[in-house]
Amino acid sequence: MTERKTVWKWFWVWDFEKEEEWLNRMAMEGWVLCQVHFCIFIFQRCQPESYTVRIEMHSTDEAYFSFLEETGAEYVGRVAWWVYFRRSAELGPFDLFSDIDSRITHLDRIGRMLLCVGAANICIGIANAFHSGVGILNLLCGCVLMYALGRIRGKAEALRRERTLRE
Amino acid sequence: MTESFALTEAVYYILLSLCTPRHGYGIMQQAESLSGGRVHLAAGTLYGALSNLSDRGWIQQLPEEFGSRKKEYRITDSGYEILCGELARLRQLVTNGEEIIGGMHND
Repeated sequence: MTERKTVWKWFWVWDFEKEEEWLNRMAMEGWVLCQVHFCIFIFQRCQPESYTVRIEMHSTDEAYFSFLEETGAEYVGRVAWWVYFRRSAELGPFDLFSDIDSRITHLDRIGRMLLCVGAANICIGIANAFHSGVGILNLLCGCVLMYALGRIRGKAEALRRERTLRE
Repeated sequence: MTESFALTEAVYYILLSLCTPRHGYGIMQQAESLSGGRVHLAAGTLYGALSNLSDRGWIQQLPEEFGSRKKEYRITDSGYEILCGELARLRQLVTNGEEIIGGMHND
């Protein structure tokens, strides 16, 4: 049984690119992601630099996932709306997005989810704030999610400006 | 006069690759091969584009072969027209570029 290690780590939703970078740094050092849960990352030993890991927010889409698998990517796991894939470096560089438009589409998708969940939390929070303390938690959650939405929209805006110059 | 627009490079290479029926991974390989390794179509980008192009009727999915899970696509007549229009546009770009900077570059 290959050696494994478990790491507990928190990433803010707007830092999904940092999360991906971290997972790839681990892969470079010989630890590839093999299982993922909320804030829990389980790695297995591998040859250093033998895997690339990518993350995307995507609802379960069998057609898309089997398309990715056709290109040699392996499904690692899902946490809430986020899916994790890895691919052997032998097959060459692995990216999910190769142009600005698809990156913008992805950020907009994340933004929509944050808006829905954030707004729901705020509504629930306001409704409950009058008769229970739990409502405060919902409000806090809602605020954090709205902040996250702002950060994600900022990224999308920056890409849209870039898009006026190039693809 | 119909509005003329430029295709993105990804769409151009997808349409070009689908002049021969191919499946997803085949399109990625063909685009890389045609462009000498310069054009790299990532899976997520490609999947979205194939969906868009299908909706517009510029490509079509071929009926799935028995026993094969891979979906194959090929260009349609309207996709082919678009591609020809794009090639004409690109030729003009090259001509204009060479007129203005092509000479200067060679001096």
